[in-house]
Amino acid sequence: MTDLVPELAGRAEAEAHRDTNPCPCGAPVTLADRPDATVVRHASTVAKAHAPHTDATGLALRLTTAAHLPGILLPPLTKSPEALHDRLVTFWPYGTPVDPDTPDAAPWEAAATLLARLHNSPAPPALPLMRGPAKAARAVVRLRDTAPGHLAARAVLRAWAGLPAWARAEAPMPDGRTLCHGDLHLGQLVRHPAPDGPWLLIDVDDLGTGVPAWDLGRPAAWYACGLLPPDEWTRFLTAYRTAGGPAVPTDGDPWPALDVPARALTVQTAALAVVRATEAGRPLDEVEQAVVDACDRMGGLPPELAGDVPKGPTA
Amino acid sequence: MQCPKCHAPMHTYNRNGVQIEQCSGCRGIFLDYGELEALTRLEAQWTQPAPPPPPAPQGYPAQAYPAPPAPAWGAPHGGHGHYGHQRHRSFGRMLFSS
Repeated sequence: MTDLVPELAGRAEAEAHRDTNPCPCGAPVTLADRPDATVVRHASTVAKAHAPHTDATGLALRLTTAAHLPGILLPPLTKSPEALHDRLVTFWPYGTPVDPDTPDAAPWEAAATLLARLHNSPAPPALPLMRGPAKAARAVVRLRDTAPGHLAARAVLRAWAGLPAWARAEAPMPDGRTLCHGDLHLGQLVRHPAPDGPWLLIDVDDLGTGVPAWDLGRPAAWYACGLLPPDEWTRFLTAYRTAGGPAVPTDGDPWPALDVPARALTVQTAALAVVRATEAGRPLDEVEQAVVDACDRMGGLPPELAGDVPKGPTA
Repeated sequence: MQCPKCHAPMHTYNRNGVQIEQCSGCRGIFLDYGELEALTRLEAQWTQPAPPPPPAPQGYPAQAYPAPPAPAWGAPHGGHGHYGHQRHRSFGRMLFSS
């Protein structure tokens, strides 16, 4: 636990009980305490301390975006971030998360439908870029810094080198206009009001404009790596298409659109897996190895660009 | 493998579950035995409306649909997936973290 937690808990308590004093509830609960975020719950209020050096203007714009898209994104309790030492703090209503112990109950349809609606919503002017490629690049920097000599690092870095520059955050994204979440995974969905309200997307830190297929990239990568069963992938993809999501064509092979984001997110996942295993002094487990193996297979295969096998004479 | 015509290296692509070798030089395509038929079958599926799925016989699992398309760098599907035998903690963590 960092020193931030008690003070953040105090802020959450003050926000939860603007009108009731003294506080009738029990102790605060720490929901997350990582280098990039500390999240504390007090009663029905959640306080989040964002990563150090978070851009205040960008965060404020992302917060405003969430406030204007109720039914898609969890609306914040406050309009602008507050300062707490060197961190920015935002307040949110508590929502019930996806249960990590019952992956069979994962709300694939809801996740896909919310993404499709987000992607079809207008992006407010001046909203920053979606940060997906930047986060993938940061994971690769961590791999180079932490475990450059790891046996798996070579395959991961080779797969990274094969990606187009935009996917490595080294060039502008080809589609700069679509509103994207930027970091979709199953921890980014809550039911609000708790415990059984509708599902909503949370975490606006990476929200912005960019390539919408990036938001489908993680489930696509899990499916490609053999971690997500075909039927769950089909449920997710079908729900996205049914809801009119613009990231993939309405029918036919979705992989020309998904290939680059799924590769980049596989690389990001593999890089962080190698970093975490190295820091813990343990070997890769079977699931982590499956993601590294996928990077290894990417090495010999150029990404799908315009989509189809190039036209040419048959042998 | 090398292209029999121009000897440049050939890359494997997976198109709708069919493995295709394509030459990186002359763009020629090599199909294994039965793959042309598989492609023709797939083409027919795309152009014809899909027939209604047959009812699953009592006491048997529902008829399996062909696996949805996957990229060529993907894990071999068809029993080799990691999901069947190990919905384990590492997989759970991976679904819930950045």
